Amino acid sequence: MELKKKLVASFMAFENQVDVSTSIHDIRTEAIKMFETKGFPTKKDEAWKYTSLKSLLKHDYSVFPNQETTIDYNAVKPYFLHNIDTYKVVFVDGIYSSFLSETSHDGLDICLLSSALNKPKYKMVIDTYFNQIASKDSLTSLNTAFAKEGVYINIPKGKVVDKPVEIIYFSTRKESALLIQPRNLIVVNENSHIQIIERHQSLTENPVLTNSVTEIFANKRAVVDFYKVQNDHETASLIDNTFVQQKQGSICSVHTFSFGGKLTRNNLQFFQKGEGIDSILKGITIIKGKQHVDHSTLVHHITPNCESHQDYKGIFAERAIGVFNGKVLVNKEAQKTNAYQQNNNIIIDDKATINAKPQLEIFADDVKCSHGCTIGQLDQDALFYMQQRGIPKKEASALLLYAFSNNVLESVKIPEIKKRINKLIAKKLGVAIGFDL
Amino acid sequence: MLKITNLHATIGTKEILKGINLEVKAGEVHAIMGPNGAGKSTLAGVVAGKEDYETTAGLIALNNEDISEMSPEERAHKGIFLSFQYPVEIPGVTVTNFIKTAINQSRKAQGLEEMSAKDLLQKIKEKAALLEIDRKFLSRSLNEGFSGGEKKRNEIFQLAMLEPKLAILDETDSGLDIDALRIVANGVNKLKSKDNAVIIITHYQRLLDYIVPDFVHVLYDGKIVKSGGKELAHELEAKGYDWIKKEVSSL
Repeated sequence: MELKKKLVASFMAFENQVDVSTSIHDIRTEAIKMFETKGFPTKKDEAWKYTSLKSLLKHDYSVFPNQETTIDYNAVKPYFLHNIDTYKVVFVDGIYSSFLSETSHDGLDICLLSSALNKPKYKMVIDTYFNQIASKDSLTSLNTAFAKEGVYINIPKGKVVDKPVEIIYFSTRKESALLIQPRNLIVVNENSHIQIIERHQSLTENPVLTNSVTEIFANKRAVVDFYKVQNDHETASLIDNTFVQQKQGSICSVHTFSFGGKLTRNNLQFFQKGEGIDSILKGITIIKGKQHVDHSTLVHHITPNCESHQDYKGIFAERAIGVFNGKVLVNKEAQKTNAYQQNNNIIIDDKATINAKPQLEIFADDVKCSHGCTIGQLDQDALFYMQQRGIPKKEASALLLYAFSNNVLESVKIPEIKKRINKLIAKKLGVAIGFDL
Repeated sequence: MLKITNLHATIGTKEILKGINLEVKAGEVHAIMGPNGAGKSTLAGVVAGKEDYETTAGLIALNNEDISEMSPEERAHKGIFLSFQYPVEIPGVTVTNFIKTAINQSRKAQGLEEMSAKDLLQKIKEKAALLEIDRKFLSRSLNEGFSGGEKKRNEIFQLAMLEPKLAILDETDSGLDIDALRIVANGVNKLKSKDNAVIIITHYQRLLDYIVPDFVHVLYDGKIVKSGGKELAHELEAKGYDWIKKEVSSL
């Protein structure tokens, strides 16, 4: 059966097995209708012009998760930041793994969306925030229709969360292709700080398609740092839909490190609703083979006196394909906006591709908006300079690429993440670097 | 040390070097002067192995070994150093890390172990002092945002760190004020020994007042048309190049 039909048909069975309040039921019903009307996006949709889902939709995905699969911690330890203490919320094939997790209700909530959706004490938060900023496009709607499990984080006012939160979705399904649709809700209240690391990791050769939706609410003066580590198996694909709403004086950063996976689409949208907000969107993409990474960003400046900083670097080898579609929208009311967008790409091989499309829509007249987009090759003069000093061409190329991508890491606040990503970059570029840049 | 015989080189279809002969012995300082477009920087690039140039005829030998087919890094490992006229900016790599990588890659090529951090720091300290370089300078990205003078001083600092057999200084004096010129020249003079050699490419007499050459050559239209002692540089400074051009065309 065609995937769309299969999903629509499965919806009723799904609704019968989840016991949720009526308001959620209404949201789901509306969402599945939306998906049914729109269907999966195709290259005819402007937003999907350069990224085709066609090859992913042909698989017969299992859409309902199995019973909990246990995995041995030692087998997956490398995927954790095992050198530092963290909260952990871990899922295996879409099911919560209590064994691998370390959640908390101690003065804050770092737990499961399923609990939040079902328990009356969370009703007010759910009613206020759930599905409020997630877009109504077909893939997000599909996720909303089946939203059942994921991470729920609610940090009360004035709390600096004592350690980072790691969110990991493992997939292990051996029997068939697997579709998982995690749904995360993160609410950070006034003056609170949190750091989150998210990762989707396939442990199977079977095709895995993850259609994830995350809603992040940064209330007044909250500081949220989100790190997405995308270094997945080459049969795994990810559609990541992340929506961030910021209130007055909040600072929110999302760093996306895309180093692997069959197809990765990052839909990242920021909505600024208050003054003195800073939104930071950064990304490093290093891919080869036939991998495909698409960053589609939106920063919506709704209110005055705010800033946004986008900096995406991409290195594309062999037949890899990159897409950068960065949109900055400045409302008429959003005077004194300072929006900065930078996208730099290096093409290593003739067959690699990058499609870059910066878009600025500015309706206010007193703003500073800058954008720069470059697509190029390695600087031959720089290569010769380094070779002349005795650095062999291969090492010189790698060092140049490393330096090119590395400055995105300056804004990473967790040293352990910085170290890990540094190592991953060096590994991806095939060079042993004897120092930290 | 360096022996260039009948060297012809082209860039694209254009012949730039049209039969250069030059011999530089250990312990010597040679100056190559000449008008714009004579082929001075091309000669430096060809000796260092820049791939943009094609050597169509002739030989370049370093200590009796033909190096004309070697990659730039192999030539560097053999002891050739080129101080660039326009040093390249490399954002994200500090001066210290760059020099560390360069030294260790050269050592690796020679089958030596990496230099210890302690020895490296000691050497950096010593050579930075020689060139009156501030320590803060060393943790900046290589050449990024450096003034013209800082870039040239950094080139000579690398020269001091790498201790090559043959140093080619391509217009190292351009962009230097008189104090920086003195510091750079002083650095080069201290590094000079009976075992190494220096080729200075310059338009002006200025640098040669500080680093006194044993030989001066005039490069014009891809050939060395005149050679002499240091007094030739003075003559060029006083009379310009026109008389040389006339001499050549009358031949």
